[in-house]
This record gives sequence, C-alpha cells and structure tokens, in this order.
Amino acid sequence: MKKEKVSKAFYLMTIPMAILFFIFHTYPFIKGVFYSFTDWKGYGDWNFVNLRNYLHIFKDKNVISSYLFTFKFALAATIGVNILSMILACALNAKIRCKNFLKAVYFLPYMLGVLIIGYIFKYIFSNIIPMVGSSLGIEALSNNLLGTDSAWIPVLIVTIWQGLAFNTLIYLAGLQTVDTSLYEAASLDGATGLKRFLKITFPLIAPFFTINMVLSGKNYLMAFDQMMAMTNGGPGTATTTISVLIYKKGFTGGQFAYQSANAVLLFLIIIFISVLQLKVLEKREERVGE
Amino acid sequence: MMGVKNASRQKKNNIVTIILFFFAALVIVGPLYLAIIIALKTPDQMSNILALPNSLNFDNFVKAWEMTDYPRKFGNTLFITVVNLVFTIFTNSAAAYAIERNRKKRKIFNALYYYFISAMFIPFNVLMLPLVKQADVFNLDNILGITFLYIVFGLPMNTFLYTGFIKSIPVALDEAAKIDGASPIQVFRYIIFPTLKPMTATVAILSSMWTWNDFLMPLVLLSDKKHQTLQLAQYVFQGQFNTQYNLAFASYLLVLLPVLIFYIICQKWIMSGVVAGSVKQ
Repeated sequence: MKKEKVSKAFYLMTIPMAILFFIFHTYPFIKGVFYSFTDWKGYGDWNFVNLRNYLHIFKDKNVISSYLFTFKFALAATIGVNILSMILACALNAKIRCKNFLKAVYFLPYMLGVLIIGYIFKYIFSNIIPMVGSSLGIEALSNNLLGTDSAWIPVLIVTIWQGLAFNTLIYLAGLQTVDTSLYEAASLDGATGLKRFLKITFPLIAPFFTINMVLSGKNYLMAFDQMMAMTNGGPGTATTTISVLIYKKGFTGGQFAYQSANAVLLFLIIIFISVLQLKVLEKREERVGE
Repeated sequence: MMGVKNASRQKKNNIVTIILFFFAALVIVGPLYLAIIIALKTPDQMSNILALPNSLNFDNFVKAWEMTDYPRKFGNTLFITVVNLVFTIFTNSAAAYAIERNRKKRKIFNALYYYFISAMFIPFNVLMLPLVKQADVFNLDNILGITFLYIVFGLPMNTFLYTGFIKSIPVALDEAAKIDGASPIQVFRYIIFPTLKPMTATVAILSSMWTWNDFLMPLVLLSDKKHQTLQLAQYVFQGQFNTQYNLAFASYLLVLLPVLIFYIICQKWIMSGVVAGSVKQ
C-alpha cells in the first residue's frame, strides 16, 4: 500500500510542542512517580524504599483523615452544586422577564478568582454573621464557624457559590435543546411539575448532567484555593484537603518523596472516579435513550 | 400577530422572576456590595457594617495600590495573560490541526492525540512537587518561565477542543487550496485558522480566565516579590492587611475590577464561549 505523503510542515507544527510538553509535564510526572519509591526529602541523598511510602500512607492518621475530608467535601460540593444549579437553570429557563440580565448576574461568580471570593466570605462568616446572629439572639450563628469543627460548611458554601455559575450555564444549554412541544404533550397526559421534570426533562439533559458530574467531581477532589483563603486547612487539620497537605508537607515539611506517593495516589483516585462516573452515567444515558 | 405577542407576554412568570431577582440581589450581589462599601469606609465607620459610607473615600484604594505595588502586579498578570493567550492560540491550534489532519495517515499523530488527551487526567497538583525542582534548574521561577509553562500545560485541553472542531471542517477545503499551490502552513494560516474563530474564542476565554485567576502555580513557582501576580499578592499581603479590613477589601476590589469590566463588556461572548468549550454537540 502506498502511503500518502505528509508534509514536513505538519511535523513542525506538532513535534516541538510535543517535546516541550514531554519535558515540562510528562517528565516531572514520571519523576514524581519515581521519587515516590524513594526516601528523598527534597534535598541531599536518597535511597530506594520500594513501597514503604505507600504502605505508610495507609497507617498515617493525618493522611487518612485528609482523604476522608476530601471525599466528604467533594461529595457534598458535587451534589450541592448540581442540585442547586439544576433548580436555578430550570428557573432561568422559565418564561421570565429580564432573562439575559439574570443569566449574566448568576454567571458572574465564574469570572472571579476563588481565592479572593474566599477572603470576602471569610470576613462575612467571621465578622458579619456572628454579629447579626448575636443581635438576633440566634446561638448557632453567633460564633465564628470557621474556628469550629464545622469550618468546612462555610468553605463548602463558598465552593457552591462559585461553582453554581458554570454548572447552571451548562444545564441551561441542555434545557435549551429540549423541544417545548414535548411539554405540551406531557401536560395533556397530566404530567406536570416534578413528574414532568423527572420523566421528560431530566432524561433529555442527561448528557449535560454527565459533563457536570465528572467535571465537578474532579475539581472538588483537588480543592485548594478556598481552603488556603478561609481556613488554611484548619482549625487543626479539620479542612486540610489532599492538595493542601501535599503543598504544605511536600514543599516545607521535608516529605518530598512521601507526598509524591500521596500525589500519585490522588492521581489514581481521580482517574478511577472519573472513569467510574463516566461508565455509570453513560450506561444510564443509554438506558434512558432506549 | 399582535394578539399572539401580547398573550405570550402575559404568560411571563412573574413569581419566578421576582424570586430570581431576590436571590441574585441577596446571594450574588450582596457579598460584592459588602466588599465595595467596606472598601469605601474608614475603620471608625465600621460599627454599622451594612450601612452606606458617609462619603466617598478612596483613600483605601490609594493605600492598597501603593502597598501591594499594584501597577507592577497588574503588569505581571496582564503580561502572563496576554502572552499566554497569543502563543496558545497560534501554537495549540496549529498542533491540533496537524494532529487531526494526519491521524489516519501516520501513527505518530494518532499517538500524539491520545498522549495529549490522556494527559488531561493529570492534575497540576500531582506534578507540582517535581515541577518546582525542575523549574529551578531551568530558571522558570519568573514571569517568562510561568508564561511558558502555561502555554505548554494548556496543550491537552486545547488540542481536545480544537481537534473536535477541526474534524467538522471538510478536508476538501484543504485539498482545493493545495491544488491552487498553497503550502500546508498557508492552508492553515489563510483557510483553517479563520474558520476556527468560534473555537478560538472559547480557548481565548478559558485560557485568560485560567491565567488571571490561577493561584496555585504562581504560589509554588514565583517567590520573588517582583514577579508576583495579583492573586498571589493578595495571599502574600494577608499578614500585613491583618485586621485592616477596609484596606484589604480595597485591594481585593482592585483585583476583581478588571475582570468585572471585561465581563460587563463581553458578557454574552464569554458565556457562549464557555458553553461551546464544555458541551460538544
């Protein structure tokens, strides 16, 4: 078989970029995996320790508790963001006035950096809410939540506040693909409200649900900025996610190799969860499509 | 026609509209309103936080501007964002074009396609430890270095976005230009690149938002004060702001302001761009 000619220009367009990508992205990644099997502190000599770092992770209370926190946080944020953004998208898709203006306002948080939003909300939760709470005599609100074991709730609220924008926009794009004549037919059959949503709307926007679930799951498993802004991982280590732990101990704690093992584990978990989500959600989409 | 129009106008759902306005004001605009009034107040006006300031007082902004060396930090962030944008658009679209058009002809292009796509699953947090060590060796702990890394790191996502779009451009277009004597680079430059405009808009928005708002990469790479970005500066100055909330909020607003202005001007364009990047129809 004669091979079609491929111009040199095409190689010129890709190969240099691919080489740079390998040197600055793949190579550090491989190096990280390599060091995860050593006892390197980030400086000085090192030895191979085989799987010792990995085995130690499963006995390290700090790491285990930050994994549990990260899972709890990611799950709560993913569910919270997706339920609320679905409701918000349905409301914005209704026959309302000033539709474009409202859409623009609700999308605004997407543009703002999480770190600064975190700082603004930190002030609201530590100064304004306790003030309002104590003047109204509500015990539960008169303390600074960020200093208690419930510190993760304000952090979760900020995460949802910011995440709603993107997810709502995607659901809106999905809802706009739904043929409204379907609704008329459904209302003739007596399907309205929640029933109509579950039986007709949701199956039709299922692909958009998949996108949102996978992207939010992955994002929130790596949550970092909002913790750094609001709690610095505390009080104690109550809101320390894996990313925060890797950053803190890996760079300054002399645990370069150990935290590299932690990073590799995080990577495997993210892959596993993303693939699992895609498989489960796509299967459900197919079933709905039948 | 008039009758129909009137009827549909009457059907507008006022209750939902009111609820949406109420929540937008309370939840979205509320915190930003707070930030603005706190930034405009002096500490002695803080006893009633929610009240409007007595007079418009921009002292906090002036102080924050000087204290954080705003012009330099703004310049740094703008440099990173603009240079990254220009290079990303040209290099990544060209790479995606070459990959997509030759995937069936040569195995290497197909392999590169899967290489980039699978790299999307490696988050930055996972490779930051060794990357920082390597950045020291290559002298990348500065503005130019971080810009270079952004251009390289955007490649997987942008290849994914661009190849999906290029697939829908008929190869006949390339062939016709080739018969007229155009080289592959000319075909790309004059035929393909202009056709890519909608996807280029998406890539432009996503990359700019990424570099402008990114905190983690500047945090681990840029230790020299002169090279800090706006986001990183807010983190570094937390200790110095301490309880001077008025000053801190003025500083936050100075960072948010360019984005807000940009958003007000190109809001429609941004929203459609983000949707196009996430939903492949």
